[in-house]
Amino acid sequence: MLVLAFDTATPAVTAALYDGERVVAESTTIDARRHGELLAPAVEQVLRESGATLSDVTAIVAGTGPGPYTGLRVGLVTATALAMTAGVPAFGVCTLDALAYAAQESGPFLVATDARRKEVFWARYGDPRMRLDGPRVDRPHDLPGELPVVGAGGAMYADVIGADRVRGPEHPSAGALAALAAEHLATLSEGEAAEIARVPEGRVDSVEKARELAVLGPPRPIYLRRPDAQVPGAPKRVTA
Amino acid sequence: MSRHDEPIVLGIETSCDETGVGIVRGHTLLANTVASSMDEHARFGGVVPEVASRAHLEAMTPTVESALAAAGLRLSDIDAVAVTAGPGLAGALLVGVAAAKAYALGLGVPLYGVNHLAAHVAVDQLEHGPLPKPSIALLVSGGHSSLLLVPDVAQDVISLGSTVDDAAGEAFDKVARVLGLPFPGGPHIDRAAREGSGTAVAFPRGKYDDGTLDFSFSGLKTAVARWVEAREAAGEPVPVADVAASFQEAVVDVLTRKALQACARYDVKDLLIGGGVAANSRLRALAQERCDAAGVRLRVPRPGLCTDNGAMVAALGADLVAAGVKPSTLDIPADSSLPINVVSV
Ligand SMILES: [Zn+2]
Repeated sequence: MLVLAFDTATPAVTAALYDGERVVAESTTIDARRHGELLAPAVEQVLRESGATLSDVTAIVAGTGPGPYTGLRVGLVTATALAMTAGVPAFGVCTLDALAYAAQESGPFLVATDARRKEVFWARYGDPRMRLDGPRVDRPHDLPGELPVVGAGGAMYADVIGADRVRGPEHPSAGALAALAAEHLATLSEGEAAEIARVPEGRVDSVEKARELAVLGPPRPIYLRRPDAQVPGAPKRVTA
Repeated sequence: MSRHDEPIVLGIETSCDETGVGIVRGHTLLANTVASSMDEHARFGGVVPEVASRAHLEAMTPTVESALAAAGLRLSDIDAVAVTAGPGLAGALLVGVAAAKAYALGLGVPLYGVNHLAAHVAVDQLEHGPLPKPSIALLVSGGHSSLLLVPDVAQDVISLGSTVDDAAGEAFDKVARVLGLPFPGGPHIDRAAREGSGTAVAFPRGKYDDGTLDFSFSGLKTAVARWVEAREAAGEPVPVADVAASFQEAVVDVLTRKALQACARYDVKDLLIGGGVAANSRLRALAQERCDAAGVRLRVPRPGLCTDNGAMVAALGADLVAAGVKPSTLDIPADSSLPINVVSV
């Protein structure tokens, strides 16, 4: 098994190779504005560092967000296009699940990331492998009280949720994403995995649909918000 | 280097609402597949960037697969990948650029990030053969109205003029709305105008005699709206066909006049018209008439190559390979305001 994973749903542009037991190579750069510039070179770098080529890779996994859309799409389109060239399946894993998996929490906790517009993307977990609720998008003020909050969405709103609840890591790592995906891939036959990777018809852009997805799903974005667009009324008059 | 006598180039275009994938072998067109999200934008009366970007992500790999099937090729046959790096909608461009990088990286072939406007020029070679050097190009669409001097489409494109406000296609859309015609306005105005007279209303022609090669369509658009509102205020019916024809005549009169002025000023005998508005029947007719009178040869690609598409990007990519231009690196940005003189990044 050699899993190539990356995530572009947060300010971290992160890519890693995982061989089933350990992270063989990983590259992470924090830059919220340059996902498109940074991802392909990062993929190239982890392949080079591990002495592997794309033909050695057995699965490609990308974070499906939720996250700012422009960056998020860079990761997902890269995953589907690379998978097409390599002839391997591409999977998606919720970015918040990867953050949860990397967290050192023993009890229940929340994961929250920056959703911009003074909101956070968040989900609730029973333990690092078990999402109980979410992902959702809300104001930090509306996060359920008391539970620790993993991820930058907690750190940036520490004054709202209380500094004592803030936990790391702030950003997801592709190493954790790959390891989580590998755990699930190891339990599946090739046929089952191919079935999961298949992109379903229609769009998965509602909370309800997203929640139906298990940890491993097709490489489709979790948007949680509809596009900003208004149906125009009558044309504006130019004469007073 | 290329494994074929002429390079097989995959071209990807996502600068606006069309997900275009084209495949060429040199200047031979092998596939030109376009998935458009226009239907999703129509009710908004214009392209909604986020809607376009979402549609590009969904359509990208299926469109590449369709193009390969149409060309009877496998992905491993591709020698180079070209992609529109700009100008265009930032989020939309980024989907195509990221995909192109992944294909180039995955296939181990060179990547060429190219200028969308230069690609509109290069595409004509797929239909009419090598472009005379130099040529003048008039590019008109919902996103651009530009006059270019093209000494060499692979390396040297010079802007002579562009719109100072609305693009020509934008003016068509806005006037269509005023006349109650659907979006996109171009084809509907063209159709309505056939029943009307281009001289029925004397609409203003912006920057007609100002000595520049720039355009302005904002004043014309407002004049049409004012004229229509006056009729409505007076309780009179609006003669849609006459207004459409007169508006269209004003636009194509200015476009062709300035294009021929550019040919005369730079002593160039070949004019190319590209972009979605090049499908306009009156623009084609008047351009032909004026080119004939001036002894200028006119080239207009067929409509499927005029609107945004991947074949135009592939065509320019093939020119870049042939000219030995250095490929792009994997860290190139998508540049929504890429200057026209930058043919490849
Ligand atoms: Zn265009």
